[in-house]
Amino acid sequence: MNIKELISLLDGKLVCGNPQSDYTIHAAFASDLMSDVLTLDNISPLLITGLCNLQTIRTAEMADIHVIVIARGKKVTEEMIQLAMESNIILIETPFSVFRSCGILYQNHVKPVF
Amino acid sequence: MQFDFEVEGGNFSKAGTASSEVKKILNQLNVDYKIIKRVVVALYEAEVNIVAHAYRGWITAEIDTTSIRLTLEDEGPGIPDIEKAMEPGFSTASAKVREMGFGAGMGLPNIKKNTDEFKLESAVGKGTRLEMAVFL
Repeated sequence: MNIKELISLLDGKLVCGNPQSDYTIHAAFASDLMSDVLTLDNISPLLITGLCNLQTIRTAEMADIHVIVIARGKKVTEEMIQLAMESNIILIETPFSVFRSCGILYQNHVKPVF
Repeated sequence: MQFDFEVEGGNFSKAGTASSEVKKILNQLNVDYKIIKRVVVALYEAEVNIVAHAYRGWITAEIDTTSIRLTLEDEGPGIPDIEKAMEPGFSTASAKVREMGFGAGMGLPNIKKNTDEFKLESAVGKGTRLEMAVFL
C-alpha cells in the first residue's frame, strides 16, 4: 500500500512528508507504549498510535520507522512536525481510533509484525 | 573518537537529542544499519531513563574499529535494587513519564538485549552509571 492509499483509507490528513512518496507499507504495529515500539527488531513497520508528543517522533527516528499515523483525532504540534521533517518521517492524522485504523488496514492486506 | 553529551533531568522536550546525534554520526561513518539500530535504541532508552529519573547526566560515546562503547552517568536518586530494576515490567516511573510513552519497566531489559556488554552500577542518593558496548 502506498501513502496516498493509506491517507484515503483512514480519512487521514497528511501533516508532514510527501504524499507522492513511493514508500510502500507492508506491515504495521500499533502501540501507545514507546518502549514496545523500541523492542521491534529488524523491521520498520508503519506505526499507529494515540500517543501524540515529541517522544513519538524520537522513538520512530530510533526505530527506523518512516510513517506514523496519529489516531483518535489528535493534533500534532509544530515541534513534532519540525522533528519529523528533520528525520524524513511522514506524519498522518486520522479521526479514527487505533482499533478502527488497524481493522481497515488489516482488511486491506497490511500485515501484522507478529 | 569520542563524543560527549549532557542530559538535563526532567526535560522531556530534549530527551533523545544525544541519541539522535549519535545516530547521525554512525550513519556518517557508514556503520551497518542493524548495528546502528541496536546502539541508538539502547542509548535512547538509557537517555530517557536519565531524563525520567535523574537530576542531570552525562553521556560519552567512544567509537573505534571494533566497538561502540557508551557510558551514561547521572546524579540522581540511584537504584536501590538493580536485580529488581532489571525485571521486565518493574518500574518506579512517574505519571508524567508514562504520559510520554515510557515507564512500563521495559527499558533496562531492552538495553541489555541490544548490547554485547552491559554493566549497571548505582549508589542510592548519589547516582547511576551504565556502561554498555556493541561490537562491530
